[in-house]
Amino acid sequence: MAAEQAKVDPMHQFTIEPMFGSENWELAGYNIAFTNSALWMAISAIALWIFVLGGMKRQLVPGRWQVAVESFTGFIDDMLQANVGRAGRKYVPYIFSLFMFILFANLLGLLPLGVLGVHPFTFTSHFTVTGVLAILSFSIVLIVGFWKHGLHFFSLFVPHGTPWPMIPVIAPIEFISFMVRPFSLALRLFVAMMAGHVLLEVLSSFVISGVNAGPAYGVLIGVPSLLLMVGICALEVLVAGIQAYVFALLTSLYINDAENLH
Amino acid sequence: MDAEAAKLLGAGFAAIGAGLASIGVGNVFAKFLEGALRNPGAADAQQGRLFIGFAGAELLGLLAFVIAALLIFA
Repeated sequence: MAAEQAKVDPMHQFTIEPMFGSENWELAGYNIAFTNSALWMAISAIALWIFVLGGMKRQLVPGRWQVAVESFTGFIDDMLQANVGRAGRKYVPYIFSLFMFILFANLLGLLPLGVLGVHPFTFTSHFTVTGVLAILSFSIVLIVGFWKHGLHFFSLFVPHGTPWPMIPVIAPIEFISFMVRPFSLALRLFVAMMAGHVLLEVLSSFVISGVNAGPAYGVLIGVPSLLLMVGICALEVLVAGIQAYVFALLTSLYINDAENLH
Repeated sequence: MDAEAAKLLGAGFAAIGAGLASIGVGNVFAKFLEGALRNPGAADAQQGRLFIGFAGAELLGLLAFVIAALLIFA
């Protein structure tokens, strides 16, 4: 079958399709079909729920599972302690959920379930999803900032010790860099996940067309491409972790701005 | 040159940005390692800053990808 359609479309993996015949579900005029994106979001949430629930036994001598969960919560706790300080404690649940949800999404999207005929869908490779996560973080920063400091929150745009003739120059720059934050936050995660998956798909198309072109091409092009693909897969696992970490880290930095100003 | 060809050329040129960002990301980790080997005791505490620098450098490379994707698909 692959021989006839030699061209592999690297973007096909990102198409959103309604599942279980739900394409006509409507709510107030909007289509609310249960898509593959929603399905994988639900799977990530359930996997995360099971993972955390398994570690909530509160044993005095923790088992392996409890240690795994506690090392993650401890990691997030340390990160907030280092970046926000004592006030950071109350954000641990949010940052932990954010970090683990993105991590599970990225890693589940990389699972090689395609050999079983199930195609994992990486919903973090869509700007709509990462955008909503970024808006969530950004609105927490805004709400906390204005709640705690009132209009004094605007002093964020004038860094401490700025000479007064520089204020008209510095303030707009700081304002722009503040407003770009949700976009950069969302864009980073979405592009990193999407670029990696496109790269894997392109390499797989090299393997398929190389092998189809004959044994010599298969050895010359297919085998090195396959080896490269294995390496890139390992890199993608690393990227999945780093991107989740960076998202959580930057969110905690922005929360630090809101809590402590400059 | 018709508009479609110019678009594809532009998308190709945008890939230069990804390459330049790779220099930036390499620089971030190289300098961190350099500093960390001189003073290993202080290295662990600076890992957060390492990833902030990494995120900043990487974002600009990813923007090049976005430009390329916009030129090809939009």
